[in-house]
Amino acid sequence: MKTEFILDAALAIQRTILANEHTLESLDREIGDGDHYINMKRGASTVVEMQAELASLSPEAALNKIGLKLLSTIGGASGPLLASFFMSMSKSLKAHGDDSPTKIAAAFASGVQAIIQRGKANLGEKTMLDVLIPVAAQFESLAALGHDAKFIANALTKTAEAGMRSTKDLIATKGRAAGLGERAIGHIDPGAKSCQLMIEAVSQLI
Amino acid sequence: MKKFINKVDDILVESLSGFATAHADLVALNLNPNFLTRKNKARNKVAIISGGGSGHEPLHAGYIGVGMLDAACPGHVFTSPTPDQMLEAATAVHADKGILFIVKNYAGDVMNFEMAAEMLPFENATVLTSDDCAVINSTYTTGRRGVAGTVIVEKCVGSLAEAGADLTACKTLGDKVNIRTASIGVALTSCTVPAAGRPTFDLSEADLEMGVGIHGEPGRRREALREADAIVADCVEAILADFKTKNISTVQSEALLLVNGFGATPLMELYLLYNTAAQLFTQHGICITRSLVGNYTTALDMAGASITLCLLDDEIKQHWDSPVHTPALRWKM
Repeated sequence: MKTEFILDAALAIQRTILANEHTLESLDREIGDGDHYINMKRGASTVVEMQAELASLSPEAALNKIGLKLLSTIGGASGPLLASFFMSMSKSLKAHGDDSPTKIAAAFASGVQAIIQRGKANLGEKTMLDVLIPVAAQFESLAALGHDAKFIANALTKTAEAGMRSTKDLIATKGRAAGLGERAIGHIDPGAKSCQLMIEAVSQLI
Repeated sequence: MKKFINKVDDILVESLSGFATAHADLVALNLNPNFLTRKNKARNKVAIISGGGSGHEPLHAGYIGVGMLDAACPGHVFTSPTPDQMLEAATAVHADKGILFIVKNYAGDVMNFEMAAEMLPFENATVLTSDDCAVINSTYTTGRRGVAGTVIVEKCVGSLAEAGADLTACKTLGDKVNIRTASIGVALTSCTVPAAGRPTFDLSEADLEMGVGIHGEPGRRREALREADAIVADCVEAILADFKTKNISTVQSEALLLVNGFGATPLMELYLLYNTAAQLFTQHGICITRSLVGNYTTALDMAGASITLCLLDDEIKQHWDSPVHTPALRWKM
């Protein structure tokens, strides 16, 4: 992985977040407090604004810097969760290298593990993890089978979509929607939606 | 949206600056990262720091001052502050006896304060407030939210810290006040987050939301609007049921009754609610000896109110009654 790819991914993520303002905002109005889009936009724009200082860094240093910056800009639950993801991914790349899909998959999985620990949440709680956990598992298994990046990216896009849709029928047991009980059923989780959008946007670059 | 705004992105800083100027005798403001402290730093005491999303004013900055908080960290509207704010605030107010964070139990607040606590080079502890009995507590959910009862926790812990108690004692009292406090909120309208520009949810003229938090998020159920007495009766019942679940006897108890406005409900209505709530609790054998009525934990421009009952014992009573001098709460000094 090259730092250049991280910078392209940041731009693609910003584009998809901005393009989906209405979707993210209405999902969060239904079962949250209406600020998810604003927070994601702030995070994505902040990373894009860091392009110049990130360009000269190694991929793992860039990811760590992104994590620290998100920690101090997003706030809410998304801030520490996304920051933990990037910082943990950075640690994994630093320890094991970044020169194969297997190693990148392992780094992605360690990022997801950091979200699980920080959020004390797991699969089926109507959160971003309903997208991230199946995507991480599939990423690792497809990479281990030796598939190429393009094939993996396509598969992950579909898995992310399915994971996002699965949140519709769940009762929220974590996050702001946990106060709603059964009223949350029938609504897609906004955090799951934004994760799916980001995975789709980054996969399309490959 | 009809609000007093210059630029949406500037609301927070302009409001904080106004607050700091208006109360320059009591507080000082730091920007980037944003936090407020007492104007005169306290010495040799546990430093009490709270914080959370903005839009709940006067929570938390309004409670900075002698007898309550040492610092507060405001986040964006309804969004938790970030760890760098807590770290710098802690460094500014640390007075050799450790830091106690008072945090409302919302996922974002908990995680950001947790990361700050992990990075902090000082001894520290955290009291999580979870007085909202509309959310049924369960090991499977984030759990109960911290709402208006947080003010009572901040007042009592602030008083104990002022008296020179150590970190463990402050944490213990905070946890005790929290467990002996139960709140429930009712919304008549949603509220409008300035950056979003429109109400978070729609509520018809004929309906109310029972069991709301303080972010304009929907509550546990939508019900038909009824006369105030019937609404208060449901709230009182929920609070009494909550103490029963917690195995805390309310009979013959002395209590503090807080009727809190969410931002767009007139004091006249809040006193009307207080009148009924006090009568009903009294009928249930509870002796209301302390009261607080007003806008103490708001949700921007939401119309609605919450009812909070705190069961007093001698220790809680002593620390509730002790002198306090903050922008939003002041007595005996």
